[in-house]
Amino acid sequence: MKWNVLIAAGVFAAIAGASHAQSMDPLQLRSLAASCANCHGTHGVAEAGNESLAGANKDDMLKKMMDFKTGKKPATIMHQLSKGYTDEQLAALATYFSSLKK
Amino acid sequence: MMKRRQFVQGLGVAGSLGSIALTSGCASSPSGKGPKVVVVGGGYGGATAAKYVRMWSDYGIDVTLVEPNGAFVSCPLSNLVLGGSKTMADITTPYDNLVKRHGVRWVQDMALRIDPDKRVVVLAKGGELPYDRLIVSPGIDFMWDSLPGMAAAGAKDKVLHGWKAGPQTIGLRKQLEAMPDGGVFAMAIPLAPYRCPPGPYERACQVASYFAQAKPKSKVLILDANDDVTSKGPLFKKAWKDRYAGIVEYRPKHKAVDVDAATNTLKFEFNDDLKANVLNVLPDMRAGDIAVKTGLATANKRWCEVDFLTFESIAVKNVHVLGDSIQIAPNMPKSGHMANQHGKTCAAAVVALLTGRQPNPMPVYNNACYSFVSAEDVVHVTSVHRYDADKKTMLPVAGAGGVSSAANELEGRYAMAWARNIWADTLA
Repeated sequence: MKWNVLIAAGVFAAIAGASHAQSMDPLQLRSLAASCANCHGTHGVAEAGNESLAGANKDDMLKKMMDFKTGKKPATIMHQLSKGYTDEQLAALATYFSSLKK
Repeated sequence: MMKRRQFVQGLGVAGSLGSIALTSGCASSPSGKGPKVVVVGGGYGGATAAKYVRMWSDYGIDVTLVEPNGAFVSCPLSNLVLGGSKTMADITTPYDNLVKRHGVRWVQDMALRIDPDKRVVVLAKGGELPYDRLIVSPGIDFMWDSLPGMAAAGAKDKVLHGWKAGPQTIGLRKQLEAMPDGGVFAMAIPLAPYRCPPGPYERACQVASYFAQAKPKSKVLILDANDDVTSKGPLFKKAWKDRYAGIVEYRPKHKAVDVDAATNTLKFEFNDDLKANVLNVLPDMRAGDIAVKTGLATANKRWCEVDFLTFESIAVKNVHVLGDSIQIAPNMPKSGHMANQHGKTCAAAVVALLTGRQPNPMPVYNNACYSFVSAEDVVHVTSVHRYDADKKTMLPVAGAGGVSSAANELEGRYAMAWARNIWADTLA
């Protein structure tokens, strides 16, 4: 039982260590995420008409952002805005928003 | 009750309780013990900063918002009131949630004077507000001296700017409604920088849209001091040509230097005088009066230079300036969206500074600006801005941002969603 917990903790640490979200200062990340709030709501909870980001699936969100960025997925403005953020920042944002309450 | 009285006396405005919105039912009502932040101006910049300082200090920092207006009226979308597809109620949001949800103390008054040595804001109705850090977000005021005729009695009541959403928006709409068919609406645009670069051109579309429906023989004359349309040029020109042919006429390089309100005449630096049925004159703009009076307008006595990591004034310590009042970074528009971003960046820095931490060394934020070319169809411009540590300013990220390929109805729906969301992020 204890081993399971330790192994689980170890796996989690490995995943966390690999993620840039964990290496970015949490307050810096909070500010970066707040730059999305104008359209996607404070704490990622949007008003009607725009997509909420809070609690969304991390991998889906990151894939969508990368597809916007590479031009694979058409958009009205997100294909332009996503290009202003580094891949690391987009990954950190996806991790951050996925961890927030819906 | 005791608390209430002490609070009011503390402000030195006993007897004018009605002018102060007190917090109620909020677990995190200001105790008066934490550090004190005062915010002057409850627009997109100031209201956002007030909310986020409270939120990001876990409601430990005391925030007082000084704002004379009874509710927030949005400049973005206010051109639609002129066009007739929206009402003032559609663009008005109360300040209640800042007070109830976030425990912001709202003083419905004007800041008369700031004393940076004593660190107090002196209120117009009397009383002082002490601060540890002050956030000044007064928007723009007008350089009336550049239009001497506007000093004539009654001139400012007759020739409207409508560039601060509110009574002048309603006044201008009434003038348009009263204008006979076949009349001319003439709008004078000042040299950049001014508040909301695409705003005047959107206004031309909205007035033209109203004329096309209600007064098809009428004209919209755009008299622009600039060499060309300053924002989304090809998209606006296409709208004027395709949608409002025979109604809109654009004349660049027309710098208005005076107004004769009695005869509704515009005078230009180089061009012939021009008479119109309705004049709409946007004077040269500068930082809000309180910022200029406090010595914050360090750039040409017009705009306020700030440290872009904290929005602290380069001239006055512990005083931060936001929004349209600042000397902008390269390609940073004076927009409501941008002021909201300033508000959050400043709030994070103020909370960090008041709790002994380093402000974020690498701010990144975006701008998105939608313009309605009709009641439904919209064009946008976007940009992303990142701090450059060498140049110590915000620079646009190369390759990011852009404009719409064409005006479209889908973006019209997104523009309304943008409004709902930014109003909530700023005020709810």
